[in-house]
Amino acid sequence: MRLSLLALLARGPAHGYELKQDLEQLLGAAYPQPNVGQIYVTLGRLEKSGLIAGEEVEQSSRPNKKIYHLTDAGREALRAWYEETADEPRVRDEFFMKLALAPQTGLADQIALINKQRRQYLNTMRDLSKLAAAESRDNRISQLLIEGAMLHLQADLDWLERCQEELEELE
Amino acid sequence: MSRTPPSPRAEDAPVLRAEGLVKTHHGEGAPAHAVRGVDLAVQKGEFVAVTGPSGAGKSTLLHLLGGLQRPDSGSVWLDGECTDAYSEARWAVERRRRIGIVFQFFNLVSNLSVADNVELPALLAGVSPKQARAEREELLAELGLEGKERSMPGELSGGEQQRVALARALVNHPPLLLADEPAGSLDSKGTREVTRLLSRFHQRGQTILLVTHDARLASAADRVISFFDGRIADDAALDGTPSRGVGISGVLELKD
Repeated sequence: MRLSLLALLARGPAHGYELKQDLEQLLGAAYPQPNVGQIYVTLGRLEKSGLIAGEEVEQSSRPNKKIYHLTDAGREALRAWYEETADEPRVRDEFFMKLALAPQTGLADQIALINKQRRQYLNTMRDLSKLAAAESRDNRISQLLIEGAMLHLQADLDWLERCQEELEELE
Repeated sequence: MSRTPPSPRAEDAPVLRAEGLVKTHHGEGAPAHAVRGVDLAVQKGEFVAVTGPSGAGKSTLLHLLGGLQRPDSGSVWLDGECTDAYSEARWAVERRRRIGIVFQFFNLVSNLSVADNVELPALLAGVSPKQARAEREELLAELGLEGKERSMPGELSGGEQQRVALARALVNHPPLLLADEPAGSLDSKGTREVTRLLSRFHQRGQTILLVTHDARLASAADRVISFFDGRIADDAALDGTPSRGVGISGVLELKD
């Protein structure tokens, strides 16, 4: 969450609760709602490392709130973030290890493992479809997030199919 | 035309049942065992997807279930009625009355207008021209195709052609809809559209059996059969509850 908060602050100063609302509005229901506590903790750490600076603002009827702004070091960190390319997601290692090691353990059948995993992926795919249908079509960012997750899942399912084809041939 | 005597139909008989279906294609080279012993029942109101790699035999299976091909052995029942003795002509009648089919490449009649494509099966089934027209108008409106009645299929996008094909398949209110890769030649927008429409018809009680390699489309079904090498490898009900019990937004995880 660190860099997303920095990116939101690049637009201008804001307090913690505003940042939470901005994130929710941008990403929609598909995004696991960040809890406000996590946001305050992260902001505290960013301030400690000098990437942002906070300023207490007095409020008459409420406790003070802290408005944060990006420091030069923060802007530099953000620029570096945009310079890098992101790591691509890897094959689901845990499932693959289970599958690869199953014959040696004698505890699970490989085809049964694949079938079980496929059921889970299909259920997740169904959840994503519902999420996409429930989310406003106008929220492009949220729709793209869901579509990306679905395409990854489709690839996982295709790959399970390949595993099944290869392993059934061996049987 | 030979007719089998009407058999008593149990109210709770599956809309579609198959037992011991086997089909081998004898082309050049080694015989291809497309379907190698399939038992299957589809209950009224179910939406079943058959998925699997290309060449697994899933399209052949759908053709056997719709009478487009005949099995080497095994039988198919429609509403509890055995189809073993059905002639080609009888199957053609059933494909207008009891089974609607949509295909990957739409198979519309290219020199007939959209309206005529949809009305034709109704007229062939003996519906009055007035009734056929009313049905067609309702379906095309439902499918968002108002104003396209006079268009020729070639003037429409793939997604639109598939919607016309869906209207044609449903014009006689068949108890069973078969769909063979209905999104196979559509882009992702067209795929979403077909998925949405199939879900909508299913919610109104339409029984659907769908063959697809697209998991997004398959996940609209409430039961998914995985087909491998001519056999059913898995048959699973999708329960629709989040798989990890973390609420619907837990489906996606963004990493820092």
